Amino acid sequence: MNGAQDLGGMQGFGPVAPEPNEPVFHADWEKRAFALTLAMTMPGQWNIDMSRFARENRSPTEYLSMSYYQIWFAALETMVTERDLVSDDEIVVGHSLHPPKPVPRILSPSAVAQVLYRGGPTERESNTQARFNAGDRVRTKNINPPTHTRLPRYVRGRLGTIERVIGCHVFPDSNAQGAGENPQWLYTVRFDGRELWGADGDPSVTVSVDAWEPYLVPA
Amino acid sequence: MTHDHEHHHEHGSDLSEMQLRTRALETILLEKGYIEPAAIDVLIETYEKKIGPRNGAQVVAKAWVDPRFRQWLFEDGTAAIGSLGFGGRSGNHLVALENTPSVHNMVVCTLCSCYPWAVLGLPPLWYKSAPYRSRTVADPRGVLADFGVTLPKDTEIRVWDSTAELRYLVVPTRPAGTEGWSEEKLADLVTRDSMIGTGLAKSPGDLK
Amino acid sequence: MNGAADMGGMHGFGPVVPEPNEPVFHAEWEGHSFALNMVTGVAKLWNLDAFRFKRESIPPAEYLNLSYYGLWTMTLELMMLEYGVATPAEIAAGHAIAPIKKAPHAVTATQCANMVRCGSPYNRQAPAPALFETGDKVRAKNMHPQTHTRLPRYARGHVGEVMRIVGCHVFPDSNASNLGEDPQWLYTVRFDGRELWGADTDPTVRVCIEAWEPYLEPL
Repeated sequence: MNGAQDLGGMQGFGPVAPEPNEPVFHADWEKRAFALTLAMTMPGQWNIDMSRFARENRSPTEYLSMSYYQIWFAALETMVTERDLVSDDEIVVGHSLHPPKPVPRILSPSAVAQVLYRGGPTERESNTQARFNAGDRVRTKNINPPTHTRLPRYVRGRLGTIERVIGCHVFPDSNAQGAGENPQWLYTVRFDGRELWGADGDPSVTVSVDAWEPYLVPA
Repeated sequence: MTHDHEHHHEHGSDLSEMQLRTRALETILLEKGYIEPAAIDVLIETYEKKIGPRNGAQVVAKAWVDPRFRQWLFEDGTAAIGSLGFGGRSGNHLVALENTPSVHNMVVCTLCSCYPWAVLGLPPLWYKSAPYRSRTVADPRGVLADFGVTLPKDTEIRVWDSTAELRYLVVPTRPAGTEGWSEEKLADLVTRDSMIGTGLAKSPGDLK
Repeated sequence: MNGAADMGGMHGFGPVVPEPNEPVFHAEWEGHSFALNMVTGVAKLWNLDAFRFKRESIPPAEYLNLSYYGLWTMTLELMMLEYGVATPAEIAAGHAIAPIKKAPHAVTATQCANMVRCGSPYNRQAPAPALFETGDKVRAKNMHPQTHTRLPRYARGHVGEVMRIVGCHVFPDSNASNLGEDPQWLYTVRFDGRELWGADTDPTVRVCIEAWEPYLEPL
């Protein structure tokens, strides 16, 4: 979606301001929000693309006003209520009121290390040939779905070169909507800075994005 | 929650903060002699009470009954509208857009809130707000649905993003059953929204 | 600039919610905010393009969270500071502080009434003939100035048709940065919805914008 998360090329945010000796978490609640989010992937009620969309899918006013972990937490609240794991009245009172919805599994403490190590690999067997090869000139499509996509606005309709054929991966645009993994070939595509930002762009800059095959057409 | 937050733009403390900040600037400008107090009052009075959509409704009503004025209006909106005594601030180039059975026009300013003040007064909040500014250029039918308006599938929707000094006035189609009506009575059918493109003119039955 | 104001095509703001019987001003201070901005325009303290640029430069989170006239008041504060009309101490105190730097003259009610009636025209003598004619196909440049422009992001790089030659006007991109009026030809350019938003777009949608000549390239 063309939400506030699609920040590439936006101006007016001021300088990058690194915090000296920044702690991993700025508050206790941030630690809990982080851990809860990770732990709640275990019951298998949503996939990572859905959770990314849940973060993006809010008013830009809200998105830009919230801190990083506030967004994570808001998305978690949305997902647990949308999938009937928690009800709105329970959120208000802050404890369980209704019997839990059965889920296949939950994260046990002893499994944490292994789960983190395994991660969530997205590579899948391919049953098609990759359409493009390294060196091919491609153009990104001008798509503006209201649903999840990983093609940023600043890169749409632009001419680039395939840098690398990465492999066949879960397609987020599809997976986030619950329409299945629908694995697609994934490529690194490189764009000249001036192609993206115009003739006044820095000629020494290139930008590479990872783009799935459905985002691309031959140039 | 999100769109409610957009709409209820003033919370209690925010209201008094803005009031104080505005008053601060006014006090400073007055004390420094940049403005006479009466000037402020004139401006508020003018746009709160005097200049409003009734101006545009009169333009539209005249275009409905007078074919020569109608032609002039579409050829040179500034002059035609000016001839009725409307013009001035932000009215330098007024362009009238003709709604027909096959074309429906909508006006937005995605970048800020440009609006034909001379004929419509000041814009309503929704016109200046993020939902309208973001969606109208991409999904005008969706926005029309927010206004309860549905148009035939094959009607061309022409969206005008007011990015410069041109200001647009949509001339809605004249409703049926109004033959022989006076301009004044016809003007009652012309809503503000119909002159922006988010509504249609009322029909005689709606007036009751 | 690519600030929060450039909203065309963004998702997530929700439905348009008209307020029944909406008053012109929701509070008395709004009328004053409105009038103060008109008055400072009549006083020629700064130009309108510079004012718009200042408003859109407000950091995005703040821009989106301020009410409409809240934006006007905030912009007015910033302009008064930048143009030396008031000091930070005066703004904080809410009144002028001695020694008071007096204005050369005061804007009168009569001047305001005249301005309402006559406006402030922006058309100027053309320095050269218009480059384009009606019917010409043109491409809006892919430009990303950090300074003020009236070419929205959603139109950049796209092909449209010149519908009308509006005339020669003060060029906002230049005027906003106080680099002079630099009058340029202004055109109404029409784009097909599918050109702007992609092949899946409603084929009955067209979008027209006003574009100054420096925004356009011949095809």
